Amino acid sequence: MLVNQFLILAAVLFCIGVYGVIARRNAVMVLMSIELILNSVNLNLIAFALRNGSVDGHIFALYIIAVAAAEVGVGLALVLLVYRNRKSIGLEELSEMKG
Amino acid sequence: MVAQNIAFGIVAAIMVWGALRVVTVKNVVHAALWLVLVLAGAAAQYVILAAEFVAITQVLVYIGAVMVLFLFGTMLTRARIGAEQELNNNSWWLGVPSAGILLGVITLALVSGFGDEELPKDAAVVTTQEISDQIFGPYLLPFWALSFVLLVAVIGAIVLARKD
Repeated sequence: MLVNQFLILAAVLFCIGVYGVIARRNAVMVLMSIELILNSVNLNLIAFALRNGSVDGHIFALYIIAVAAAEVGVGLALVLLVYRNRKSIGLEELSEMKG
Repeated sequence: MVAQNIAFGIVAAIMVWGALRVVTVKNVVHAALWLVLVLAGAAAQYVILAAEFVAITQVLVYIGAVMVLFLFGTMLTRARIGAEQELNNNSWWLGVPSAGILLGVITLALVSGFGDEELPKDAAVVTTQEISDQIFGPYLLPFWALSFVLLVAVIGAIVLARKD
């Protein structure tokens, strides 16, 4: 197994996630794309852990999984709040902070 | 090592296909189900990379908890179960060159950086004991911080989402 096959797979998933964040309008879909991005980072960390023969990459991956779970919880609570106030979760309607 | 490469290829193809469906499909619930496929594929890749504990955690936390959250979020925001037309931005096509250029740059950097370096063969599976020795040893302080992050996230989510 090459190191690069895992790293390039992670890069492909990362870029698909970036495309999703840019292209999607629905806030829940944007959160799903962010999950794709976080997963690709985890794949990188595990591949490097095997390459270096160290456990540190696993610890980082586990911490990222925990933070991602917290992020999804808070993110969906925010989406729910936005939906309750505006009856819509389209991201283009949240433009108050636009300069 | 051939068997591992074949397994990698099959799982990688499924993951890329699933990820493409996540960002292109017209139905939020279907996108969530395609995301399950990608997350399960990631768990399989962790097993190939001798990271069993992370693979199990991935299945428990992502496929178990996060997907339920997503499906609840979809339901509570009353996204129609059928297809939706307005799921993409008006300027969604800008994402294609952005992601394409990013992929090109990352791939170039990886190929020039790692070339055809091999992963170590017959590496021992990382046991749960080694991971816990690390977490409750040198990584104890980040572990405490993470506990507070989770606590704050739970309280914050309740405060945000409750009806006054």
